[in-house]
Amino acid sequence: MKSEKEKSGASKYFAQLKFDMKLTRKKMKESRGMYLFLLPFLLVFTAFYILPVVISIFYSFTYYNILESPRWIGLQNYINLFLADDVFLTAIKNTFLIAVITGPVGYLASFVFAWLINELPRTIRAIAVTVFYAPSISGQVYLIWGILFSGDSYGYINALLMDLGITDKAIKWLTDPDYMMPVLIIVILWMSLGTGFLAFIAGLQGIDKTQIEAGYVDGIKNRWQELWYIVLPSMKPMLLFGAVMAITQSFGVADVTMALAGFPSTDYAARTVVTHLYDYGTVRFDMGYASAIATVLFITMILCNKGVQKLLKGVGKGGNYRHGKSKED
Amino acid sequence: MARVKKTKKLGRSLAGNILIYGVLVLFGLFMLMPMIYAINSAFKPLDELFVFPPKFFVQNPTLDNFADLNTIMSQSWVPFSRYLFNTVFITAVGTAGCVVITSMAAFVLAKFKFPGSKIIFRIVTTALMFSGYVTQIPNYLIMAKLGWIDTYLAMIVPAFGMPLGLFLTKQYMENIPDALIEAARLDGANLWKVFWKIIMPNTRPAWLTVTILSVQALWNSKAIQYIHSEDLKTLPYALQQILGGGVSRTGVGSAVTVIMMIVPIVTFIMSQRSITETMASSGIKE
Repeated sequence: MKSEKEKSGASKYFAQLKFDMKLTRKKMKESRGMYLFLLPFLLVFTAFYILPVVISIFYSFTYYNILESPRWIGLQNYINLFLADDVFLTAIKNTFLIAVITGPVGYLASFVFAWLINELPRTIRAIAVTVFYAPSISGQVYLIWGILFSGDSYGYINALLMDLGITDKAIKWLTDPDYMMPVLIIVILWMSLGTGFLAFIAGLQGIDKTQIEAGYVDGIKNRWQELWYIVLPSMKPMLLFGAVMAITQSFGVADVTMALAGFPSTDYAARTVVTHLYDYGTVRFDMGYASAIATVLFITMILCNKGVQKLLKGVGKGGNYRHGKSKED
Repeated sequence: MARVKKTKKLGRSLAGNILIYGVLVLFGLFMLMPMIYAINSAFKPLDELFVFPPKFFVQNPTLDNFADLNTIMSQSWVPFSRYLFNTVFITAVGTAGCVVITSMAAFVLAKFKFPGSKIIFRIVTTALMFSGYVTQIPNYLIMAKLGWIDTYLAMIVPAFGMPLGLFLTKQYMENIPDALIEAARLDGANLWKVFWKIIMPNTRPAWLTVTILSVQALWNSKAIQYIHSEDLKTLPYALQQILGGGVSRTGVGSAVTVIMMIVPIVTFIMSQRSITETMASSGIKE
């Protein structure tokens, strides 16, 4: 009896499934036009964004030098990476140091400057947005920092410090391992007001002023409370978007370090995961090893993004001023 | 009068405003410093470039550096105009394709529900979370398999699949009323007509934003790993070679830097309002 019931349950389930599939197929047929519209994008996106990730994961378990066909070696690349490769550990340390500092600081700076700029009158605001956004779009202008931080007494920073009597010797900013990272972090921060910053500007301009006024009627006392209880909660989607941009950017640092501190840098002091990847992929042609590095980077980026998104969901909790009616009479 | 009163009520004070301006001016100067330096150096005569102690601002501006740049260009192995053409060509074609193809995909994802639409968008959103460095090496292998090494295709086609472009456009298109589309469909317009005649004209801010992002990326693209023949190399590559000429090229290098930064900054200034409008719908909804 029981089994029969189960059986009929199961067959019902399968019947339902069959029906669903039929429905889906019918829907898919009806939306053929939609798929045609998606097709060009999906082809390119799959070929150059999705497939590479899959290939990377596959090759990371092999030894592959392009000339011979890949040979399966299991976890060996990962074992070498974490247990035998000291330079990789330096790279990880540097990458995390850069990410942990420039990610959050760049993100906060993007928000704070967007918030301050938002208070300005219209024309000045447009100019200020351009000024703060310019470093991240003006191509290779960051190379100028190499001249400003030049290691001899012709370097502007050195000249200034010597003039002020702070040092009497030129500091080798970009070749001395002790100074390299701080200088690089300053330059990376300088370029960190990017797409997220623009999203914040837009989000702030979209906030309804009457909502803020209503908040003051309801007992908000100052700008800080206004920020936490009204402004931040109403920009949550932009905050999430900005965080994704900031994390992706802060883990992918390579161009700046390679251009300013050299490649390879003195004692590998400015090596990042991406420069390590670049080294093995394009100089040493050890594709399997390079793929393992890329896979580690990929997983780190995705995990950090997911974690931060969870964290940001708690923003603006504990207040109920947003809709302008906090009390029920 | 009334306005002053209102501002006060909102917790604004004069001291606070002065502080805000102070902070913004200070950091604004920091942001602009390298650009100001590059512009000054580009106009410095030779003796001012190497004066000791170094001077930040130019005393006797001259166009010598730009003239020198012109000389170096005409001496280079491949005519310099070739590098310029390559960059302008890949920027123009890549951007045009990127705008149309990402908009097409964004349109159906934003306005219709069909099997797979949700999961596709989620994958694209996830793709925002890792940078191009992760995919660089397999991309090379794929290009090699396709036979695209040393062709324009290697530089142009990947731009057509820009996840950020699809993401921003889709978010923006969701604000377009469905009634507009339905009315057009009732009039007998097919999907393509709806897209081209109704969606595109109404989403100008979105595709202008994608244009800017794409121009920025392609204009600075060196693509050295895919391109070996000198004929196909781009402007940023050529400029890097000039800068690689050492200290004696400092003045010319600055001239080059100024030329390179003008295009992205000017395009941004011209389209700032559209970009802000698009970004207003950029959020990731929970």
